[in-house]
Amino acid sequence: MENILNQIGIENYIFLSVLLFCIGIFGVLYRRNAIIVFMSIEIMLNAVNLLFVAFATYWQDPKGEVFVFFSMAVAAAEVAVGLALLVSVFRNIGSVDISNLKNLKG
Amino acid sequence: MSTVLIIFYFLSAITLSTAFLTIYSRNPIHSAIYLVVCFFTIAGHYLLFNAQFLAVVHVIVYAGAIMVLFLFTIMLMNLNNEDEVHKPRITRFGAITVFVLLSSALVLIFMYTKPFVGEYPTTGEDFHSIKKLGTVLLDDKDGFMVPFEFASVLLLVAMIGAVLLSKKEKTGK
Repeated sequence: MENILNQIGIENYIFLSVLLFCIGIFGVLYRRNAIIVFMSIEIMLNAVNLLFVAFATYWQDPKGEVFVFFSMAVAAAEVAVGLALLVSVFRNIGSVDISNLKNLKG
Repeated sequence: MSTVLIIFYFLSAITLSTAFLTIYSRNPIHSAIYLVVCFFTIAGHYLLFNAQFLAVVHVIVYAGAIMVLFLFTIMLMNLNNEDEVHKPRITRFGAITVFVLLSSALVLIFMYTKPFVGEYPTTGEDFHSIKKLGTVLLDDKDGFMVPFEFASVLLLVAMIGAVLLSKKEKTGK
């Protein structure tokens, strides 16, 4: 098996993952809609997964790829619970705008 | 410039632009569609690494399960009109500042670290294959057997929690 990183280079994947992660952080900070905030968290998780696979290929070790499966399982559980929370927030408040969640402010 | 590099740049451009459009578009349904395209291009990146099983699992889990969950939630809340309130200017300015500073700092850090020279090592075997992954995942000596079982418990708890949280309360008006 030929290593694909001989043609692309690990630096390109590092830069791609960094930019994707920063876009996710920007989404969390910029948007007020809670669903878009969840999507930004998914983008960040995907950036990290991509870097895991890139370094698994770098070291020629399948353990990095196996870790991606656990990361996916945690992401699926997080999205299920988070969207259920959003549905119940929407029932109580009537919107998913995070600037309306001020009940703990006093 | 080799063909693989051209494919990589093409996929990366689509990934970054659709990730940005996910955040930028005002309609949540459009955001979800852009996010599906972003996930498909990330699966394309996995295919470039020759990790076919991971690419298929990624498509099934993300583009299949998670995005359907997102789309149904959006439709359940009837959010397809853009009713986002006007953001305060300090929020926008702060978000853009953090984005520019963080991304430039990280890119500069990785640009000025020691660059990799020479050939990448190859073991000569297909370590992305299902056989190898299954051995690593389910081997009871030095594998990931116990975390695998705990992942199943985590998914079960998440399922029960989601059902409990989104259940309608009977004691309402």
